[in-house]
Amino acid sequence: MCARAAFASGCRAAGVYPITPSSEISDELALLLPKAGYVFKQKEDEIAAIAFAAGCSMAGFKAMTITSGPGFALMSEFLGYLFMTEVPLVVINVMRGGPGTGLPTRPAQGDVLNARNPTPGDVRAIVLAPGSALQCYSETVRAFDLAERFMQPIIILSDELVGHADCHVSVSDIENIQTNTILRRQNPLDSYQPYGVKKDEPAILNPFFNGQQYHITGLHHDRTGFPTEDHILCQELIDRHFEKVNAHLDEIEHFETYKMDDADYVIVCYGSVALSAINAIDRMREGKRPIKVGMFQPLTLWPSPEKRMFEIARDFPEENILVVEMNKGQYRGEVERAMRNRPQVLLKANGRPITPAEIETKIRSMHHG
Amino acid sequence: MVDYSKYVRKEDTQWCPGCTNGIVERAIINSVDALGWEMRDVVFISGIGCSGRMSSYMKCNTVHTPHGRTLPVAEGIARMCPGKHVIAVSGDGDGGSIGRSHFAQECLENVDMTYIIINNFTYALTKGQASPTTPTGTKAAMMPYGVYTRTLDLCNFAIGSGATFVARSTVLDLRTLEKTIQAAFLHHGFSFIESPSCCPINFGLKNGMRSTHEVKEWMETLFLQKKKFDILSDEEKAGKFPTGILKQELGVPEGNDAYAAQVKEIQAIAREQPAVALSSYGEAKGE
Repeated sequence: MCARAAFASGCRAAGVYPITPSSEISDELALLLPKAGYVFKQKEDEIAAIAFAAGCSMAGFKAMTITSGPGFALMSEFLGYLFMTEVPLVVINVMRGGPGTGLPTRPAQGDVLNARNPTPGDVRAIVLAPGSALQCYSETVRAFDLAERFMQPIIILSDELVGHADCHVSVSDIENIQTNTILRRQNPLDSYQPYGVKKDEPAILNPFFNGQQYHITGLHHDRTGFPTEDHILCQELIDRHFEKVNAHLDEIEHFETYKMDDADYVIVCYGSVALSAINAIDRMREGKRPIKVGMFQPLTLWPSPEKRMFEIARDFPEENILVVEMNKGQYRGEVERAMRNRPQVLLKANGRPITPAEIETKIRSMHHG
Repeated sequence: MVDYSKYVRKEDTQWCPGCTNGIVERAIINSVDALGWEMRDVVFISGIGCSGRMSSYMKCNTVHTPHGRTLPVAEGIARMCPGKHVIAVSGDGDGGSIGRSHFAQECLENVDMTYIIINNFTYALTKGQASPTTPTGTKAAMMPYGVYTRTLDLCNFAIGSGATFVARSTVLDLRTLEKTIQAAFLHHGFSFIESPSCCPINFGLKNGMRSTHEVKEWMETLFLQKKKFDILSDEEKAGKFPTGILKQELGVPEGNDAYAAQVKEIQAIAREQPAVALSSYGEAKGE
């Protein structure tokens, strides 16, 4: 679904390196892109893969790369470069059990904090986490739009369960999703300054070979793009990287809810765990002793939907909120910060999915105190 | 006479006094001028190091990439914009050490671009550590007792990796360097030039050479023309390097051409087959 969505979103190039469990997306793109005359390239390593994709993006084309945790770690230097140079790119990380080589064929959500700050230095990352096949499609489409809008790498955190899932998606659902709603801004003036924009706006990088001859560097730079060490300009640059995201949170924040209207309990989860949660909620609402449970699923993990989470904390006591994650509680801290309380948790980091039964057992134990 | 204001953004550079990187820059500009290339069709990519500074001096679309990643970025641009002129410049540390795997791969890709490694025998920007090309026995910042590793021959490495154009041309002879760069520009495919250069401050001073002139004299003992090199005995060849165009292989498909040919084939097959509907895509793939 990610591959299809990328294609529909106008992805013209991909640079990848094989890694389980992300290769399926790359395999699909390797079929789709050349058929349309676009560029698909398997590179010699992940560093080259992201560098290649970045080169394609600089040339003015939508590009992406796909990897998993260990490969994502190798890309971290280049991610920092992309944040600094404001070159857009979509990076998919299909998470697997870690750390280290970990559990290549098993799911996990261990890269959530890493994706928030994937590189040395101060960056304001935008991280999306689809949980179902349809969400894979819609979030990938959104990632390409956000990349062009905010001129920075957009990270999609999928996981092995989502990546290897065999599921059905209705064609009409996909056709309803609008693609390419945002185009990369350009400036026709020959004298324009690529980084000379308002303090809450992203840079404007025209495609290469258009006559405007600007410089792209990973060093701190001024409005023209040339290196500078001026303390005011350096501060302004980093402030703008944060402000361009912070000032437009409403364009970025995205979440899904399930049966929240009449719920007594709420499950906060993301990624493939949401599928288990929905199943568990349906089960608990039926039967002899039904419990009214709802779900809140952030689709944009970072920046987190903190206002909405704060509202949830107003409506539910902390004993009735459950955070479920396939890790040691990487998002829990953010939920606690946003809710200003300490919700219950169900955590698992052994490479096995969290089953609906486990969620049900936990909620029932909360229900009975 | 070349009008340099057409090609450079500013006249002054940040290179040390006595540095010869500027000679390579001049040779590149002279070659672009001689071939009549428009700067709007040129993209200039450099890595990290003293050589990396060169991109910010050139008056065209320029990219200053992370350390060692010059070539994959260059390939991305070259693949998306066939027909444009892609020039990449690295130092011996950037291209010969941290970026060596990319270097080997690009030799095979054979995408049309020119790659110049300015070999000053040291990591000059970080104050003189040993690079793979630092001659055995010389002293470096992190090897104060002398380099005990064998020296990398960049041209042999490129030849071994399958590059289709390999040349070595030192900064000691600007005219030859220009001619070599022009030949590389005209080569349809990946062309590689090693250009040995003088670093009197961070290499020379550490090794008893007190001026650019002394480094040049030392270099003259190291490099000699290919035809003179070839007649030497094996013992005499040790520690010496031939200059000139060492390899030029014609007839190897250029990277973009090879891909375009494949795309054409795929599309021809796709035209014969009925279009695959989205709903039956999974089944079609399995066939």
